Amino acid sequence: MSLIMSRRDLDFLLHEWLDTGALLQRDRFAEHSRETVDAILDLAELVATADFAPHNRAADLAEPRFDGTTVHVLPGVGPALRAFADAGFLVATADASAGGAQLPISVFSACMAWFQAANAATSGYPLLTMAAANLIRAHGTPEQVLRFADPMAEGRFFGTMALSEPQAGSSLADITTRAERQDDGTYRLFGRKMWISGGDHELAETIVHLVLARTPDAPPGTRGISLFLVPKHLVDPDGRVGERNDVVLAGINHKMGFRGTVNTAPVLGDGAFTPDGRPGAVGYLLGAEQRGLPIMFSMMNEARIGVGLCATGLGYTGYLKSLAYARERTQGRPVGAAPGGPQVPLVEHPDVRRMLLAQKSYVEGALALILFASRLADDAETLPDPQGRQEASSLLGLLTPIAKSWPSQWCVAANDLAIQVMGGAGYTRDHDVEQHYRDNRLNPIHEGTHGIQALDLLGRKVLLDHGAALGRLVARIEATAARARGADQAGTTPADAGGPALADLLTSTTRDLVATTAALGALGDPAATMADATAYLEAFGHVVVGWLWLEQWLAAHGRQGPFYEGKRAAATFFLTRELPRVGPMLALLRAADRLTLDLDPDVL
Amino acid sequence: MREVDSETMKIVVCVKQVPDSWAEKTLRPSDNTLDRESVDAVMNELDEYAVEEALRLQEAQGGEVVVLSMGPSQATDTIRKALSMGADAGVHVVDDGLHGSDAVATSLALAKAIEAQGADLVIFGSESTDARMSVVPAMVAERLGLPQLTFSSSVAVDGGTVRTNRVTEYGYDVVEAPLPALVSVVEKINEPRYPSFKGIMAAKKKPVQTLGLADLGVAAGEVGLGAAWSVVAEAAARPPKAKGTIVADDGSGGVAIADYLSAQKFI
Ligand SMILES: Cc1cc2nc3c(=O)[nH]c(=O)nc-3n(C[C@H](O)[C@H](O)[C@H](O)COP(=O)(O)OP(=O)(O)OC[C@H]3O[C@@H](n4cnc5c(N)ncnc54)[C@H](O)[C@@H]3O)c2cc1C
Repeated sequence: MSLIMSRRDLDFLLHEWLDTGALLQRDRFAEHSRETVDAILDLAELVATADFAPHNRAADLAEPRFDGTTVHVLPGVGPALRAFADAGFLVATADASAGGAQLPISVFSACMAWFQAANAATSGYPLLTMAAANLIRAHGTPEQVLRFADPMAEGRFFGTMALSEPQAGSSLADITTRAERQDDGTYRLFGRKMWISGGDHELAETIVHLVLARTPDAPPGTRGISLFLVPKHLVDPDGRVGERNDVVLAGINHKMGFRGTVNTAPVLGDGAFTPDGRPGAVGYLLGAEQRGLPIMFSMMNEARIGVGLCATGLGYTGYLKSLAYARERTQGRPVGAAPGGPQVPLVEHPDVRRMLLAQKSYVEGALALILFASRLADDAETLPDPQGRQEASSLLGLLTPIAKSWPSQWCVAANDLAIQVMGGAGYTRDHDVEQHYRDNRLNPIHEGTHGIQALDLLGRKVLLDHGAALGRLVARIEATAARARGADQAGTTPADAGGPALADLLTSTTRDLVATTAALGALGDPAATMADATAYLEAFGHVVVGWLWLEQWLAAHGRQGPFYEGKRAAATFFLTRELPRVGPMLALLRAADRLTLDLDPDVL
Repeated sequence: MREVDSETMKIVVCVKQVPDSWAEKTLRPSDNTLDRESVDAVMNELDEYAVEEALRLQEAQGGEVVVLSMGPSQATDTIRKALSMGADAGVHVVDDGLHGSDAVATSLALAKAIEAQGADLVIFGSESTDARMSVVPAMVAERLGLPQLTFSSSVAVDGGTVRTNRVTEYGYDVVEAPLPALVSVVEKINEPRYPSFKGIMAAKKKPVQTLGLADLGVAAGEVGLGAAWSVVAEAAARPPKAKGTIVADDGSGGVAIADYLSAQKFI
C-alpha cells in the first residue's frame, strides 16, 4: 500500500461518489473511458512514486543556490519534470487541437494529488508552467501561442506568475512596475518583483514570466494594471531561443519549507542585459492594456484549487505515514490492563485513534472538496444545458475561497497531528512528517492569504452576489440532508443507521450560517461586517466540508467492509465533533463583536 | 536461412501477468494453485524489458510488435499496458481449460499461438517473478524448432540475422542466429519506458484477439492442471523467521561471532 496517496479513496470519490462514468459520456471526453482513466491514474502513481518522491527530502536539504548569476537546482528535479512532460501530464486537460488529451479536470486533479503528495516543491514547476500556458492560450495572440505556449506544452519552456512586489503582496493595486510602449508595439518593463516562484533556473530552455505592470498613463488602482509576457531570453519567430532579456535576480528567498521550488526576487530593466542595445526588459502585451487583473484572475479558480490540492496532498501523505507508524510502534498498555504484559501498538490508544480519525476527516474531507470543485469546473465547461453550466460556474466561484483556504488550514492541522502521533520521531528529520508540515505551512500564505480569501468570500462571493450562489448551495445541502434522512435503514449496522442524526446536525448549522449571513449584511457598516470575515470563512468551510462528509456517508451507505466503515466513522467524527465548532463562531459574528475593530493598535 | 525484410518484420513479445512481487501470495485451498484473485496483478517485470526491446527494434527498423499473453481474463490489463507502451496489437490466450498448466503445457499453448502469428522474432523476459523457472522460452523454441538466444543483455537485428550478448557467469558470449529466432532478455538490457497519455488513448483502439484452446488446435487433455507433470500435494506457509542471535559487544564480540560462524560451519 502506497504511503503517498490512497488510490482506493480516489476511486471511491471519482466513481462511487462523483459518477465520473456519467461525466465521460459528454462529447469532450469521448476518447476516455474507465479504462483510460484507470491507466492514467496508474501512470500518475508510477511517475510520482518513481521520479518525484525519491528526491523530496534531498531537495529540502539542498535548497536551490544562487551564485550571483545562475540558480542551481538539485539534479533529480530535471529528470522528474522530463518524465512528467513525456508522459503527457502537461497537456492532460488541454484541447486535442493543442495536442492535449482532454482529460476531465476532476480526473487530472486526482492525478495531481499523487504528485503534490510525493513532492510538492517539484510539482510547483509544471503547475506554474501549465497555468501560464493556459493563460497565454486563452488571452494571447495566435503568434504568442505558437511562440510561447506551444513550447511550454512540450516542457521546453517553463512559466512563472510575477504579480507580487516588495511593497505590494495582498494589495496588488499598489504595484509600481512600469511598462513603456515602444513604436514596434512591444513594451519595455522596469521594476522589482518579489516572491516569484520558479523565477530563475536552468531546468528549461527559457522561462516565460507573466508580469503585472502599469503603463505610464494608467489610472491608479487595480484598473490601471496590464499583463505582459516577459521571456528570460528573446525568442525568434521561428522558436529559437536567442539573447538574454533584461530580467535578472536580486537574490533568492530562503524559506521554511517548499525549498525545492526556487523563490526569487527578479529585477526588470536594470540594464544587466541590453536587448537590442539598450536596457529595459522586452515584454509583449497579453490581451488589452489595463485588462491585466481580470485576465490574471480568469485563472484564479484553477490556481486556488491547485493550492488547496497541494495542501490536501501534503495532509494526506502525512496521515498515511503517521497511521503506518502508529500500527508498528508499540508503546504502553490499554487503560486497565495488567502491568507487565506486552506493549500495544500506538493505534490501540483511543487518544491516538482520535488524532488519526481527525486527520482522516480533514484530509479525506479536503480531497472530496477539491475533487468536487474540480468537477464543478468540468460541469461549468461541459454540461449540455447553459443554465446548468452557469450554475456550476457560480457555485464554483462561491466555493473557490473555501477550496483554497479550508485545506490550507486543516491539512496543516493534520500535519501537526501526524507529528504528534509519532511523538519524538515525528519531530526529527528521520521522518517525512516534519517536512510535510513545513511545506504545507506556505499554503495559507500564497495565492491570496487566508484573510484575503475571507474578504473575497464574504464581500464579493456572498454579499455582492446578494446571497444568490449561497442560496443554491444551501438548496443542495438541504437536498443531501433529505436523502440522508430517507436512506434505507433495513439491514444496516448501527454506524450506518446514523444518517438522519447527522443530517439534522448539518441542516441546523447551515440554517445558522444563513441567518448569520443575513445579520452581517444588515449591519449597515462595511467595516463591522468585514472585521471578522475570517471567522465567517472558517465557519462556512466547516459547513461545506460537513456537507461533503454527509455526501460521502451516503455514497458508502449500505456497503460493508473496513473501507466503508472508515468513511462512516470519519463522517460521524466530522459532523459530531468538528461541525459544532461552528456555533460559537457564528454567535460571535451575529453579536457584531467590535473587539478587534475598535482595538487601538498601540495597546498591542 | 529466411531473408527478412526489416520493414515487415514481425516481433511477438510474450508477457505474463503475475501477482505484485511485493504482495503476500497464497495458494487456493481447493487445488493448491496460486490465488490470482486476492492480489494486485502486474506485468511481470522482466517482460517490460522484453516489450521495451521489441519497441526499440521496431523504432530502429520498422515492422510490427504483437504482444501475446496467456492467462485469465484479467490478463487483458497486462496486454493493454504493453499496448499503451507502444505495441501494435495483442493476442490473449484464455481458456478455463488452461488453469493450472505447468511449464510444458504453457509452452505448447504459446508455441501454437506464435506459430499462428508467423513471427520473425520472438522475445521473452528470461523468467517470471512468480514461477521463476526460466524454462518456458527454451521449451517454446524447442517446440517451434527455432534457435534460442537466451539471457540476452543486448539484441541487434541485421537483415536476416539476430545477434545477442548472452550473459554468463564470466561475462557474456556473443551469439548469432538466422531469423526466425527466439530471444529471452535480462533486465540489464534497457530501461523500460512508461506508458504515456498518447499510448493509453491509442491502446483503446488497438486490436486484441482472443484465442481459446479450440482456436489453437490444442486438446483439453494436453494442458491444464490435469496434464501437469507434477502435482502440489500439500502446502504449508513458511514458518515465521526465527529471532536472530544478537551478540552484545563488550570487547569479545569478534570472538563470539567467529565461534557462532564456526558452529554453523560457515568458517
Ligand atoms: C513561498 C512563496 C511563494 C510565492 N510565490 C509567488 C509567485 O510565484 N508569484 C507571485 O506573484 N507571488 C508569490 N508569492 C507572494 C504571495 O502571494 C504573497 O506573499 C501574499 O500574497 C501575501 O503578500 P505579502 O507577503 O506581501 O504579505 P502582506 O500582504 O503584507 O500580508 C501580511 C498579513 O496581513 C494580512 N493583510 C494584508 N492586507 C490585508 C487586508 N487588506 N485586510 C486584512 N488583512 C490583510 C494578510 O492576510 C497577512 O496575514 C509567494 C509567496 C511565498 C511566501
